[in-house]
Amino acid sequence: MAANPMAQFEVYRIGPEIKIGAFDISFTNASLFMLVSSLAILVIFNLGAKKNSMLPNKIQLLAELSYTFVSKMISDTAGSKAKPYFAFIFSLFMFVLFCNMFGMIPYTFTVTSHIIVTFVLAAFIFIGVTIIGFIKHGFGYLKLFVPSGVPIVLLPLIVVIEIISYLSRPISLSVRLFANMMAGHTMMKVFGGFVISLGIVGGWLPLTFSVALTGLEILVAFLQAYVFAILTCIYLNDALNLHH
Amino acid sequence: MVKKYFFQLIFLYLFFSKEVFAAESGGMPQLDPEFWVSQIFWLTLVFGTLYIVLSKLILPKISANLELRKSQIQENIEAADKQRKDSELKLKEYDDIILKSKLESKNLFNETREKTLKNINIKRDSLEKQIDEEIKKAETEIDQLRKSAPEKINKIAIETSSEILKNLIGTEINNSSISAIVDDLYKKNGGKYYGN
Repeated sequence: MAANPMAQFEVYRIGPEIKIGAFDISFTNASLFMLVSSLAILVIFNLGAKKNSMLPNKIQLLAELSYTFVSKMISDTAGSKAKPYFAFIFSLFMFVLFCNMFGMIPYTFTVTSHIIVTFVLAAFIFIGVTIIGFIKHGFGYLKLFVPSGVPIVLLPLIVVIEIISYLSRPISLSVRLFANMMAGHTMMKVFGGFVISLGIVGGWLPLTFSVALTGLEILVAFLQAYVFAILTCIYLNDALNLHH
Repeated sequence: MVKKYFFQLIFLYLFFSKEVFAAESGGMPQLDPEFWVSQIFWLTLVFGTLYIVLSKLILPKISANLELRKSQIQENIEAADKQRKDSELKLKEYDDIILKSKLESKNLFNETREKTLKNINIKRDSLEKQIDEEIKKAETEIDQLRKSAPEKINKIAIETSSEILKNLIGTEINNSSISAIVDDLYKKNGGKYYGN
């Protein structure tokens, strides 16, 4: 198991097999790390919200800085109309961030390195944004596919491209996160394997790479969570403030 | 040189290691649908719970904390502003009081000076009047004295002459004859001695 770089992505059952009808909903290592990430978020932010002093302590400052960070991100990209969706985007950003970060600890499981997880999140966002768009603008939301100022001749082509790009949003959103996490973790595993196989003589170079990659992966873990959240904001912005 | 050797090693490792190829043959566990339903279920459950707890319990608290701090800071700034304005007002009042009292003291000083000057003038006037009167009195007295002086002198001269003559001669001489001589002499030389 140890030498296979893909082994770290294997999902296995923890505890008994639970079945509802034909569906297997057993508690797995993926479920465990979802739970751990969520609990960490809840504990940290609950501690940060509990006491209100004029001069915040470290954990309160952390919670409040995260709050203002996400709040600013939303108001910058989607405007003031996106305020009701703040809690969702905040939860989304924190969930993805914590799952990514927990994945950086050796011997843990990275929840977001599974396409099904990211795809469910992305699909939910896509469907939700589309519903919001139709509720806010009715069928006028379809004008999203007809950009203004395009020559009539080009219009059919543009509309097709716009529709394809709109429909590919959940795929690009989910694959971006999943592929980034998987590639990074695979690479780290491969370099880690090199350290062992090259031994004391040649193992130092891959070890150096591994250390550098760890730093890079932590950056990627934050960046991908940020990108995921900000793209959600941008999609929301399209639905709330129709520009075309 | 070392680098070249290293990359050769990596290449050989990749080429001959069965374990690495095992990954290729194993494929991606992500694409194995065995636990997809389980993952979807747990993701929905966990993320849903996280969202509900965050949005209903924790985020409103953080937001309230931030608002409270903001409003408190605003309040403090306003209070400080008010106090500054108050103190400015007080300072102005104080300045006014000082200005007023300065003016008052100046007035008082002027008044007192005028009063004193008036008093001095009155006193000087009355004194001058008194002095004038005294001078006048003295002058009339002198005048009277001067007017009466020749007569008195004449009388003294007559008496003295009669006394001298009595002593010289031993007999009393009629005063009228002496006075006639004195008058005569006076008329002749009086102007020389009395200036009138």
